[in-house]
Amino acid sequence: MAKIIGLPKLSPTMEEGTLVAWTKKEGDEVEVDDLLAEVETDKATMEFRSFDRGVLLKILVPQGETLEPDVPVAIIGKAGEDISDLLEQVASKSASKSASVPESASESAPAPESASAPESASAPESASESAPAPESAPASGRVLSSPLVRKLARERSIDLRTVEGSGPQGRIVKRDIESYAGPSAAAAGAEGERLPPRVVKASSMRRTIARRLTESKQTVPHYYLTIDVDIAPLSDARSAMNAQLEASGEKVSLNDLIIKVAAATLRRVPEVNASWMEKEIHYHQVVDISVAVAVDDGLMTPVIRDADRKGVAEIAREVRDLAEKARNRKLQPEEMSNGTFSISNLGMFGIEEFSAVINPPEAAILAVGTIRNEPIVEGDAIVPGRRMRFTMSCDHRVIDGATGAKFMAAFKSTIESPLTMLL
Amino acid sequence: MREIRYRDALREAMLEEMERDESVFLMGEEVGHYQGAYKVSEGLLDKFGERRVIDTPIAEGGFAGVGIGAAMVGLRPIIEFMTWNFSFVAFDQIISNAAKIHPMSAGAVRVPIVFRGPNGAAKQVAAQHSHSCAPFYTNIPGLYVIQPSTPRDAKGLLKSAIRSDNPVVFLEGETLYGVKGEVPDEGVEELVPIGESRLARAGGHCTIVSWGRPYYTVMAAAEKLSAEGIECEVIDPRTLRPLDTSLMVESVKKTNRCVVVHEHWPYGGPGAEIVDRLQREAFDYLDAPLERVSSLDVPMPYALNLEDTVLPTEDRVIDAVKRVSYVK
Repeated sequence: MAKIIGLPKLSPTMEEGTLVAWTKKEGDEVEVDDLLAEVETDKATMEFRSFDRGVLLKILVPQGETLEPDVPVAIIGKAGEDISDLLEQVASKSASKSASVPESASESAPAPESASAPESASAPESASESAPAPESAPASGRVLSSPLVRKLARERSIDLRTVEGSGPQGRIVKRDIESYAGPSAAAAGAEGERLPPRVVKASSMRRTIARRLTESKQTVPHYYLTIDVDIAPLSDARSAMNAQLEASGEKVSLNDLIIKVAAATLRRVPEVNASWMEKEIHYHQVVDISVAVAVDDGLMTPVIRDADRKGVAEIAREVRDLAEKARNRKLQPEEMSNGTFSISNLGMFGIEEFSAVINPPEAAILAVGTIRNEPIVEGDAIVPGRRMRFTMSCDHRVIDGATGAKFMAAFKSTIESPLTMLL
Repeated sequence: MREIRYRDALREAMLEEMERDESVFLMGEEVGHYQGAYKVSEGLLDKFGERRVIDTPIAEGGFAGVGIGAAMVGLRPIIEFMTWNFSFVAFDQIISNAAKIHPMSAGAVRVPIVFRGPNGAAKQVAAQHSHSCAPFYTNIPGLYVIQPSTPRDAKGLLKSAIRSDNPVVFLEGETLYGVKGEVPDEGVEELVPIGESRLARAGGHCTIVSWGRPYYTVMAAAEKLSAEGIECEVIDPRTLRPLDTSLMVESVKKTNRCVVVHEHWPYGGPGAEIVDRLQREAFDYLDAPLERVSSLDVPMPYALNLEDTVLPTEDRVIDAVKRVSYVK
């Protein structure tokens, strides 16, 4: 018997998903575990696989739609089966729900435009035929706009997806762009009026970042510990390692070494490797380091598992692979969940120090600044030094000041004598 | 400036050029003793005599060929077709000889000839005698094709055509012969250059390109549209080959839309050529598809009400302008 397939919850935190692409079409045979569609969640583009065997009888939602979990997206059953009851059921459900539930793909497809052969273009009866059709946006997701509008949009950095078209089939025409940029946009240059802000719809990743960071900063009592360290020994160690690795073509970065040192320090001060769980405190017995990676329009935090037990070269490889995946939006949820401690590095931008926002339920995040070449006093002499500042944001519910400070002192001492990690 | 009729402007052009240059002569059916089927050559026989104003038998292929031969040996013939519909029996002479001798003689022999006469529908001359011939001749490399809309352009362009060293197809209009318009005073010589379009009406909302008889339909439509607040910019190409699109492109960059209005049928021809060039040369400035208003794609009916329906009408021009302007 045919059944309605709802959008699955593809990650524990998924509140909505965008159907990026159907990989099966109506009429296709479907086996259990066949790929049905790709769905973009707050975290990644996920595979939506079938739990059922049969024929994909109906696709209810066109590509590009953003939906909540369990919203009907397809009907799977036997070939030729009557699905009118199910369609009715879907229709009545969507009618009772909000208008955001999409119509079926076929219903919302634009009516085919009458072909206008050149000879009929000027026929008097064609005047009415080619009169503007109902102004509804096509379901294909393609933005219809005139060449002029595309040029203006490029010049003014307007995202045409945010502009409503008033022409035939919802085509965006010049007047839509003019009114979009404000009623006096044309005269703006001459009269020096200010343009209104450019409005862009927040991506689902952006909204996730907003929600989680607001929650963190509002509910987690942050405090901050900054320490200044001599980075020369670690920097020299890195050079030595890279010299050793040269033949293999691999490289380790200072950040990879910092991950390793932080992981080792967490073993020495395990109170920091913890989570506040309201009525309990969880002291983690694994050291899984979340690494903040900037991606287009946001950031992601892939996790290096058991960083305390991995070699620096292995950490370097994992960081490289995971960062690459993050930038391509291919990170799987399990690759970025359940970290126990975070590291964020803005040193490459010349930032000397900063205070990061904790990534709950982790209890701390270490913010890494840039290397500063500056004079330091050694005994009675002023010598050239290489310094770096680290700031740890701590959740005071779990980590008291003294505990945090103990961690930072241990961290500093390990950074300054990396060999002690061998103890 | 004085106002004269289109046919008088043409006669003045021929008269002035025949006075200026002895090698210029006129040949065709009824051009002499009858004073021209449409009285365009009125008085020329008396002035220049039978050696230079020559009545021919009803044999277009023959006298077109004689004219081409005369041009090859240094004369400057003006060959009048009683209408361009009759040029079809001289098609081979025009296409295979007039247009080809210069390139096929490797530039050794020139053919400075003007073929002229009324073109397009008149009034109830039916399917065989209502052809708009521009598409046939504009397709031929080696020919120049001119179709003036106003008396001033008719005079200035015919003078340039007679002076041209190349074969020129000069398309007039039976229904235009009586149209009056400003022309420079006698004694003031004006040569309108071949291959230059003209801004006929300025406006910022919609560009209209038109020539020949529909030019007047367009000017009337533009007045009505102006009363509704839509200002049309009208451009008359005047020469259809070589085609000058510079003014049209500049105008479309300003108005972002264009309607091309012509009497010839919609399949191909200069109307389609203009649309093709504008979509490439002004692509980034178009806010709407280019539209055309033309004669309907049928042989011309005899019945007057049907003829009026087939030819481009003011209403169709107004509808097209509103469509490309997204005004209902």
